[in-house]
Amino acid sequence: MSISAEAGRIAVRLTYRLYIGGAFTRSESGRTFEVRGADGGFLASAALASGKDARAAVVAARAAFPGWSGATAYHRGQVLYRVAEVLEGRRAQFADAVRRATGVSFGSASAEVDAAAGRWVWYTGWSDKITQVRGGANPVAGPFVNVSLPEPAGVVAVLAPQNSAMLGLVSVIAPAIVSGNTVVVVASERAPLLAVALADVLAAAEVPPGVVNVLTGEVAEVAPWLAAHQDVNAIDLAGAPGALADDLAVTAAGNLKRVVRMHDADWTAEPGPERMFATLETKTVWHPLAT
Amino acid sequence: MRFEYAQDSEARSLVALRDSYGLFIGGSFAGGSSVFKTISPASEEVLAEVTHGTTEDVDRAVAAARQAYERVWSTMPGAERGRYLFRIARLLKERAPELSVLETLDSGKPIRQTRDVDLPLAAAHFFYHAGWADKLGYAGFGATPRPLGVAGQVIGWSSPLLMLAWKIAPALACGNTVVLKPAETTPLSALAFAEICQQADLPPGVVNVVTGDGTTGQLVAAHPGLDKVAFTGSAEVGKEIARACALSGKRLTLELGGTAANIVCADANIEAAVEGIITGVFASQGHVCGAGSRLLVQEPILDDLIAALKRRMTTLRLGDPLDSDTDVGAVNSRAQLDKIAELAASGEAEGATRWSAPFALPDRGFWFPPTVFTDVSDTYRIGTEELAGPVLTVAAFHTPEQAVERANSTRYGLSAGIWTQQGPLLGWLASRLRAGVVWANTFNRFDPAAPFGGYRESGFGREGGRHGLEAYLDMPGTGTPDV
Repeated sequence: MSISAEAGRIAVRLTYRLYIGGAFTRSESGRTFEVRGADGGFLASAALASGKDARAAVVAARAAFPGWSGATAYHRGQVLYRVAEVLEGRRAQFADAVRRATGVSFGSASAEVDAAAGRWVWYTGWSDKITQVRGGANPVAGPFVNVSLPEPAGVVAVLAPQNSAMLGLVSVIAPAIVSGNTVVVVASERAPLLAVALADVLAAAEVPPGVVNVLTGEVAEVAPWLAAHQDVNAIDLAGAPGALADDLAVTAAGNLKRVVRMHDADWTAEPGPERMFATLETKTVWHPLAT
Repeated sequence: MRFEYAQDSEARSLVALRDSYGLFIGGSFAGGSSVFKTISPASEEVLAEVTHGTTEDVDRAVAAARQAYERVWSTMPGAERGRYLFRIARLLKERAPELSVLETLDSGKPIRQTRDVDLPLAAAHFFYHAGWADKLGYAGFGATPRPLGVAGQVIGWSSPLLMLAWKIAPALACGNTVVLKPAETTPLSALAFAEICQQADLPPGVVNVVTGDGTTGQLVAAHPGLDKVAFTGSAEVGKEIARACALSGKRLTLELGGTAANIVCADANIEAAVEGIITGVFASQGHVCGAGSRLLVQEPILDDLIAALKRRMTTLRLGDPLDSDTDVGAVNSRAQLDKIAELAASGEAEGATRWSAPFALPDRGFWFPPTVFTDVSDTYRIGTEELAGPVLTVAAFHTPEQAVERANSTRYGLSAGIWTQQGPLLGWLASRLRAGVVWANTFNRFDPAAPFGGYRESGFGREGGRHGLEAYLDMPGTGTPDV
């Protein structure tokens, strides 16, 4: 059953915007593009983000970084679990959106949404485990206490997968933000509406503004701005086709961004922690022991 | 009454230099088609002729490393690899007096640094990693982590043998073979290490040493036969290598230096802080990883601290690096001296106030006196570019928030220092500083068990500790990211 296609009812349609710094805004360029469903029919217009929008999103992500990375792991876990709670309440809406975007059956679409919620909860549980799994005490040869701790890399540009509009989307956002990074996400070109709908969930769950910023538009137009941006610390190239990914990786070397390029992504398999670890730094702290 | 230091030099005779050195490829030394001279930066005396590695030489070295990887090293049980590394650790320790003199001759670093810090740490690094070789499955990188293959390793001149140990020990422990390119100005300790590999009966080709200048380094870093590149050096070259590796898919670690902030709070033990500052940037003429070149002092103690610092600086000993009383040795090369002098001149030109400790500099060799710049704005080149010399900039701060903001306002993020007796403030500062190593109430400490490496443009990957193993391991089936 399609929510928007009930017989005789003229649905109130949602206007899809960018999500930057906690606000739903049009592209500064004023541009939009048509989003079509798997059947070729018109679904909605989405904002066609520009380089300026990308820069605004980076500024918002940077502004959110001290608060989000400085929050306790427990607090981040609580906030992210709330996202899963809100998402659960919107299962039907998301399943319908997945169905219309991809053409799969409502049952398959529901399964993807449930898997996405499960993936989100899985990453949520990592928030207060990362430090112990990735950090530790170092037995140095001297009178010092010495520990190494994981810390988030900073602002992460995330190119969401093109082929897995819902499960893939949460599978690249969650591993970056759970450790305290803030992100600028470029949505799947073919199915961008799910990313905007997810932004709505993040806002409802009171994820602090700027922690996740969502851009819709053309990856080839927006991603180079992010790859070149001097205040972006890492970039996940999941959603960039091979040749573009190479170009972006080269550009990203300009300020030595951490580049995340995972191979053979099967979004339905349990992901393992590697993607999460890829946007972490390790800080080693020394302090003398004395009386 | 005037006291003079008695000369207390380590015996130059501990080192038997050869007139010329070949390249170490496939377990033996062989000459090449062209040579260059390596000199002592303290006297400009020619120490030896060293071979300039060419394209063919690098090809041969990579082929030797590949053969050793496939036929011997990658299939050898970890326990046996460990035995070789234990042997190397012991040989380094046994030959430490000779090697520290050699390192001091070739690099200009004071003997106290090479003898008491660099050599013991280099040996400890091999000992530490020897123990990992048969325990990699417990390191947290999967039950059966595998080596990457052949690693090309290009290292710098600030701590030549120690950096060699940082690169080679984890690579070998994890089952990789290596082609190492030491810095143009400091090739001799790497060649001595090659002899140690022979003495340890390390299988031929596991370690190969190709000397040369930056062009040889480029040949190594860009070689298509490698699986892994590890580089220590300038950010500019590091970025070039990162661009090349982005296309080739080689794994990469970079250690690119920085402009470390050293934060002194008003309640700090000033005497200890002054010693930390001295250790951090003046000892060994600033030729250390993570030199604390930007001093941030809380306003109430600014004048007192600068006065105490200048007093202490005048008691440093600058001169013969082989003398055990020497604190400040020779700048590593004429090129590095020119770079330091040019940046220092730019500091004056931009409006900072310069003060240098009143030292008579030797007539021959490359020398720069310990120097402090005050009245430094955040935008001056002197405070933003890596200098790798005995030069300190000083700025004041009022609140801890300001200190963090100034400390983090750099493209780099290798190390940082904190001086305060207040535990909560210390913890807060340590958590807010964006740097890979934070030294609190101490500075410039290194240990094989402690991961070292930078945030942001100071590079990526860690060297040392459990964390450092990841840079040389492949985790099959886990979708290893290219970072």
